[in-house]
Amino acid sequence: MTGRRVGMAAQGSTRPGNRGTWARIRSAAVDLGRCQLLSLAAFAVTGAGGLVIGALLLLPVGVGFLLLPPAATALRNMSDRYRRWAAAWTETGAGTGPRAGAGERAVISPPQPLPPRHTGRGGLRRRTLAILGDAGFWHDLRWAWAEPWTGALLAAVPLALVEYGLFGAVVQPFVWRLLGDGNWYAFVLVDSTPSMLAALLLGLAFTAAGLRLAPVVLRLHARWSGRLLAAPYTTELVRRIEHLAGSRADVLDVQAAELRRIERDLHDGAQARLVSLGMTLDEATRLLDHDPQAARALLQEVRATSQRALQDLRELVHGVLPPVLADRGLGDAVRSLALDSHLDVHVEAALPGRLPAPVESAGYFAVAELLANAAKHSGAPEVRIHLSHTGGALRVTVADDGRGGADPGGSGLRGLRRRLEPFDGTLVLHSPRGGPTTATLEIPCASSLPKTSASSGTG
Amino acid sequence: MRVVLAEDLCLLRDGLTRTLQDHGFDVIAAVDNGPALLRTLIEEEPDVAVVDIRLPPTFTDEGLQAALAARRSRPALPVLVLSQYVDQLYAHELLAGGQGAIGYLLKDRITHTIQFVDAVRTVAAGGTVMDPQVIARLLARSDARGTTAELTPRELDVLRLMAEGRSNAAVAQTLFISESAVAKHTAAIFTKLRIEPSADDNRRVLAVLAYLKR
Repeated sequence: MTGRRVGMAAQGSTRPGNRGTWARIRSAAVDLGRCQLLSLAAFAVTGAGGLVIGALLLLPVGVGFLLLPPAATALRNMSDRYRRWAAAWTETGAGTGPRAGAGERAVISPPQPLPPRHTGRGGLRRRTLAILGDAGFWHDLRWAWAEPWTGALLAAVPLALVEYGLFGAVVQPFVWRLLGDGNWYAFVLVDSTPSMLAALLLGLAFTAAGLRLAPVVLRLHARWSGRLLAAPYTTELVRRIEHLAGSRADVLDVQAAELRRIERDLHDGAQARLVSLGMTLDEATRLLDHDPQAARALLQEVRATSQRALQDLRELVHGVLPPVLADRGLGDAVRSLALDSHLDVHVEAALPGRLPAPVESAGYFAVAELLANAAKHSGAPEVRIHLSHTGGALRVTVADDGRGGADPGGSGLRGLRRRLEPFDGTLVLHSPRGGPTTATLEIPCASSLPKTSASSGTG
Repeated sequence: MRVVLAEDLCLLRDGLTRTLQDHGFDVIAAVDNGPALLRTLIEEEPDVAVVDIRLPPTFTDEGLQAALAARRSRPALPVLVLSQYVDQLYAHELLAGGQGAIGYLLKDRITHTIQFVDAVRTVAAGGTVMDPQVIARLLARSDARGTTAELTPRELDVLRLMAEGRSNAAVAQTLFISESAVAKHTAAIFTKLRIEPSADDNRRVLAVLAYLKR
């Protein structure tokens, strides 16, 4: 995900699909309160922006050098608050984005932190200059200029609707007689009880529309903030490169460790057995003439050793690439895991053909790990595994109704995340104490069959 | 007895052909790929087929697919599948028809000629032969689930050998006990696991496998 846009991170929470009317009204009222907060916060944004402009204007006379760092910090605090709001307020909102589904969150990638305080002589001057050269600072300033007359105005729309609606529905019925001639409510001239009632209905409609609009406006606002507040493109790229360098180093480490393991297994296992086999055969040949009985015993030993060597090799091959995975792909390989598990495992696989081999392998070993965890810790008799390929990603959920409380920082899960990283894969663990536990992993990848749906799935 | 053999490695194919001929089998065809195997099975209707699971052209589970396809049009066509590894999924697929006349063994087992030839004969006669590794894993699973908790260690031994497809005589020989003792253990196992007892060897194996697969 490059580009300075709002990343939509899927969360493990379930979408509140069929809540009661009351809960829906309450959540709309909360959203309305947030709109109110946004439109009021615009003043603070203007203030912080004004401070920065003032400091910039005072740079030629020197005072600006003193004022700019605190002003820039104040502005950054403000913009950080908006970033947090955007993420927090869209957490369980009804999805309206292209990937609307389970709760989505508009996560805005923050810019690099402002340049730190310098100590020593001329530290302040250097810091101010560094701030002036920081792309994130100018981004913040641009946002401070734009937010009051775009975002705040947008947030005011549902507010205005609700407030005007409440006036028509709740206040006007009592005061319309006192307002005299030419008392228009929207397009209704309120001069009689019937027209007052019409205005009342209209007011209710305005209120309802405002409440309905509030969450939509919040999402739009988050999107718009994301556009203005996301880290500059170069920062994104630098981060991406750092991430890639890190995960590439991890991949190389893992690969080297794997090769070492294979080498050691071969050396200690099959290779050693073949050597001992040769020695035993030699001994048997020597004994053949004068002690055929002992030779026979040795030859039987040879047979047993050769079978153990084969078993070693089999286990090695299975650890590198399980044959059923190579033969049949991820769906059947997971079914095979399920048959081997001590738990009752129900597998539902909706995969369109084969996936790229590295993805299949990563998915397989991840499921194996999660299944082993479930068997070891959950205490649940039943596990459900669902595999699908949607929106250009392999999605696997492993769910049990056990005792929950799985530690996402445990070494197994940490290793799993590390192995998913080179694929830009994610693992979301939802395991409250008392259960149930759901692990969802996603690996972006193409399927080997042409896709039937044309959804682009960008967030 | 007419045998069709499918194995892509030339050395093994010749070795197997010789072994089978030495034990009085008539190897009517030895093929080296999946499509040829399927064609031969349908056309020749051999008394038994010995099939390597990994065959050209895909070098995946071509042999298994051909065997399953052949058994769809010729139900209960006896097939013994050989493989470098055993997988529970493949064992399930082979047993799924519930008709018997099926075998699934690790390739290593052919080094034990007598047992291998016995297995071929059992399958040809409509019996079921499962590799000890398949059974060991099924038993480990039953053990973890507690479904075989009531059995004594000796009964577990008998159950294991029975599930592999051994006859009472073979079980008695392996465990160094009398055949009547085996019969007594078998009766106890069937009572404890609440499996319908059956005089027919093959039906008995299938019932035990069905129980373990649960």
